Amino acid sequence: MSENIMLPHPYKIIDITRETEDVYTFRVETSAKVKHGQFFQVSIPKIGEAPISVSCMGDNWVELTIRKVGKLTNEIFNLKPGDKIFMRGPYGNSFPIEDFKGKHLVVIAGGTGVAPVRSFLKYFYENPNEIKSLHFIAGFRNEKNILFKEDLKNFRTRFNTIYTLDRDKIEGFEVGLVTEHIKKIPFNAFEDYNVVIVGPHVMMYFAALECLKNGVSEEKIWVSFERRMSCGVGKCGHCKINETYVCLEGPVFNYTKVKNLLD
Amino acid sequence: MSVEGRESMSYCVSVKRMNEILKELQKDYKIYAPVRFEKRGRYSDTDLIRYAEINSIEDVVYDEKSHFSPKEVIYPITQALFYFTEDEYRESNVDDKKIMIFARSCDINGFRRLDTIFLKNGGAEDIYYKRLREKVKFVLMECKESWDSCFCVSMGSNKTDDYSLAVRFDGDNILVEVKDDEFVNLFANEREVEFTPEFVTSNPTKVNIPEIDSQELLEKIYNLEMWESYNSRCISCGACSAVCITCSCFNTLDIIYSENGRVGERRRVQTSCMHEDFTTMAGGLSFRKTAGERMRFRTLHKIYDYKLRFKEEHMCVGCGRCEERCPKLISFSSTINRLYDEVEKLKKGEVSRTREQAASTEEGK
Repeated sequence: MSENIMLPHPYKIIDITRETEDVYTFRVETSAKVKHGQFFQVSIPKIGEAPISVSCMGDNWVELTIRKVGKLTNEIFNLKPGDKIFMRGPYGNSFPIEDFKGKHLVVIAGGTGVAPVRSFLKYFYENPNEIKSLHFIAGFRNEKNILFKEDLKNFRTRFNTIYTLDRDKIEGFEVGLVTEHIKKIPFNAFEDYNVVIVGPHVMMYFAALECLKNGVSEEKIWVSFERRMSCGVGKCGHCKINETYVCLEGPVFNYTKVKNLLD
Repeated sequence: MSVEGRESMSYCVSVKRMNEILKELQKDYKIYAPVRFEKRGRYSDTDLIRYAEINSIEDVVYDEKSHFSPKEVIYPITQALFYFTEDEYRESNVDDKKIMIFARSCDINGFRRLDTIFLKNGGAEDIYYKRLREKVKFVLMECKESWDSCFCVSMGSNKTDDYSLAVRFDGDNILVEVKDDEFVNLFANEREVEFTPEFVTSNPTKVNIPEIDSQELLEKIYNLEMWESYNSRCISCGACSAVCITCSCFNTLDIIYSENGRVGERRRVQTSCMHEDFTTMAGGLSFRKTAGERMRFRTLHKIYDYKLRFKEEHMCVGCGRCEERCPKLISFSSTINRLYDEVEKLKKGEVSRTREQAASTEEGK
């Protein structure tokens, strides 16, 4: 009998970081080799299962940054360090990090969209010589929703950062949506670069349009999709758009592909 | 498969003898066929015909189309994946017996589509499907004639050679073609005859499949006004998917049996892209919010993008069950033909009303 692709395994939670009132980061012990941008099917038996992207990884652990939005995530928020969480994966493709190396990189992320880009941001933070420059625009709804505060502080020292809140004015943050700050990126000064956009669907759509307006060509733009999935391996059908399965060909897509994915 | 060096052998078998042979087969096989459930139909005083285990050949309803497809024999509507107790869990089991399915050509061709999704897509095999699928042998039921809603010929699924036995119900006798060595001995004492099954070569219903050859055309198709007409008609019940031999989508659902919450299971349940919440994520975000958009999604999957992905064939086999089951009388063959006409207009550059145009007319009123 071949391997059961639907079979989850228990993993120990080794640490929990409270990012905001309703967003926690769970560090889970696993030796799984994860690429930047991949996701796991995370579950609690008898409650449910959902796809969660990896927000950071080390030799023996991965971090999952989870917003409390439903039945499963409510239950996950009751778990304590030492408890077991069930996972299978990692699934999906990844950001083309090797292609990013030696070039300029622009990362535009909104809200929990910061989670899937955090692992490679941390990688380039640790290895700043592997990238020509990194511009990072991060947007949050308000002060209460700011994620990864420690990382954001560190990133300021090595990246060109623009942090912004939708409406509120606080120290160190601009005001307005991420799209309003894209024109500040000196795209014309870069000889070669990539742009990564991750966030809510509408935000990605308008941020990509704004980039195109600022002269960015389509093939330089990368996004990551979030979809309902029951399997993560091309069987359940939920994430299909046209002939494309987000779990198999995504969640990371180049804009040249995404613009043809019509829901 | 070959029988004594020949492609096949055929026999004329009496009902009585056939039942004796079935009894013999039942030692190793669970045998499924379309069966009549009296007064269980959708309307009062009508019968339901769906797949179930049979005990005699008389149980087989061969002269009517089954309301449900045979897919649920190996892909049940709801199916346990794991059982959980305390901190332990185990995989669900299946019966050791092999499976024999009396099926028509369209459905046997339909199983190949299910195989593509469950055994090939993404490169991984789904063991819950595989463990039942590999037990299956088909008994082809010859279609004497096409029913009104069938369009198997248009979809190229009217013929198959993927069967172990083929049967024609002929009064008091059953003509049986034996293609599979395993079953030769069972028929050794029967009267040999010349028989190979005939296939339907023409249906009253025909469809023209639009050829969609560019992204530009696809985008225009997305914006056709025709999809809007389903907003008021389709009630998003998903009955079309429930009866479809090729619809394979599922949800996983965890349940707790007991009040103390210690025992439960993870199961999967068939679902439909026609349901409103098919794409809804925790937090409420969803895509394809209208019935029309979902109708467009389903139609294009069945006659366009499945083939674009897997190359060989369209997903739809033209069994016509979806339109017979639809409580709002939406005809899938008409939908395909309507789309074909619209696409022809688009290709000729004739003006087809788009959603935008419809919206602006609406505003102008």
